[in-house]
Amino acid sequence: MSLLVSEGAEFTAGSVVSAGHEPSIASVGDYVALMKPRVMSLVVFTALVGLVIAPGHMHPVIAFTALLCIAVGAGAAGALNMWYDADIDAVMTRTSNRPIPQRRIAPGEALAFGIVLAGFSVGTLGLLVSWLAAGLLAFTVFFYIVVYTAWLKRSTPQNIVIGGAAGAFPPMIGWAAATGGISLEPWLLFLIIFFWTPPHFWALSLTRTEDYARARIPMLPVVAGGTETRRQILLYSITLVPVGLAPWLFGYADAVYGITALVAGLFMVAFAWRVRNEREGARADRAAHHLFAFSILYLFVLFAVLLVEGVLGGFGG
Amino acid sequence: MDEKPPTIVLSEQQKRSRRARSIAIALALGALVILFYVVTLVKGPGVLNRPL
Repeated sequence: MSLLVSEGAEFTAGSVVSAGHEPSIASVGDYVALMKPRVMSLVVFTALVGLVIAPGHMHPVIAFTALLCIAVGAGAAGALNMWYDADIDAVMTRTSNRPIPQRRIAPGEALAFGIVLAGFSVGTLGLLVSWLAAGLLAFTVFFYIVVYTAWLKRSTPQNIVIGGAAGAFPPMIGWAAATGGISLEPWLLFLIIFFWTPPHFWALSLTRTEDYARARIPMLPVVAGGTETRRQILLYSITLVPVGLAPWLFGYADAVYGITALVAGLFMVAFAWRVRNEREGARADRAAHHLFAFSILYLFVLFAVLLVEGVLGGFGG
Repeated sequence: MDEKPPTIVLSEQQKRSRRARSIAIALALGALVILFYVVTLVKGPGVLNRPL
């Protein structure tokens, strides 16, 4: 018979009401899951783009170190998020099988794991690469945990709009790691991810409204309803078209990027338009799923083109 | 007087998972040592001189 860690533990936001003292059965995989590897992969990819398109040469070992630190910092943020949100995760279908609600990792262990990773990633990035990049990484972890997770997520339907800034910082950290400074180009990448986040997350939340309501999370569909959410999704998707084009409009990217951003942006608007019009039943769910899936492709394609241009030396003219 | 305090006896599963975690921590620390060593070689003696 297996013994579960912290048998009898009860969760509240960011704390443990009671916890047992059973030795842990947490596997290495559980700790990897705590770091949200899928989110980490997106963070690493966007940071890599910021790093590659930055002017100047960076030694591959230093670049690898920067990306490793950014990845571990993102993992730390994921672990701290799961520690604070264990009570929410336990009642939501999508997250109930995470290590803390499943009681394979005790909340205190997740907290310690997150703090240690955050400290090591920020310290190593500062010592070996750039203190500006390290400061931005520390601010990103702080913003994601304190501003988004602990404050906005449970208090306002604008949670993922403002909180989306945390996900938009990685290309800026990559740029700062490469150059030691910040200029307009990484801000444009920041804005792309910032305006991409609301339609991306609201498309997902449209199909999980009951889950969020049960967890008492004031996501837009729960608070303002599906119609208003669909309207906001369309508005943000329309705004995203010129924002996505901005690197080309400002002359930092070439025509291939411009055409890609325009076509992908128009597809994004088309998917959002379908979400706006399909409001009932399985067709509405399918439309929201399609927008959610396409939004991931949208961001990947835009950043992949920038990455290729950066590798070929096209970015920045 | 000679009574021993109660001790925790780990199950086989707990022992296996603890061993796996210990190995993972050792590998991570080893990787960190190698990383610092290699970066020091790459950056040379001026490793502590960085512009902000």
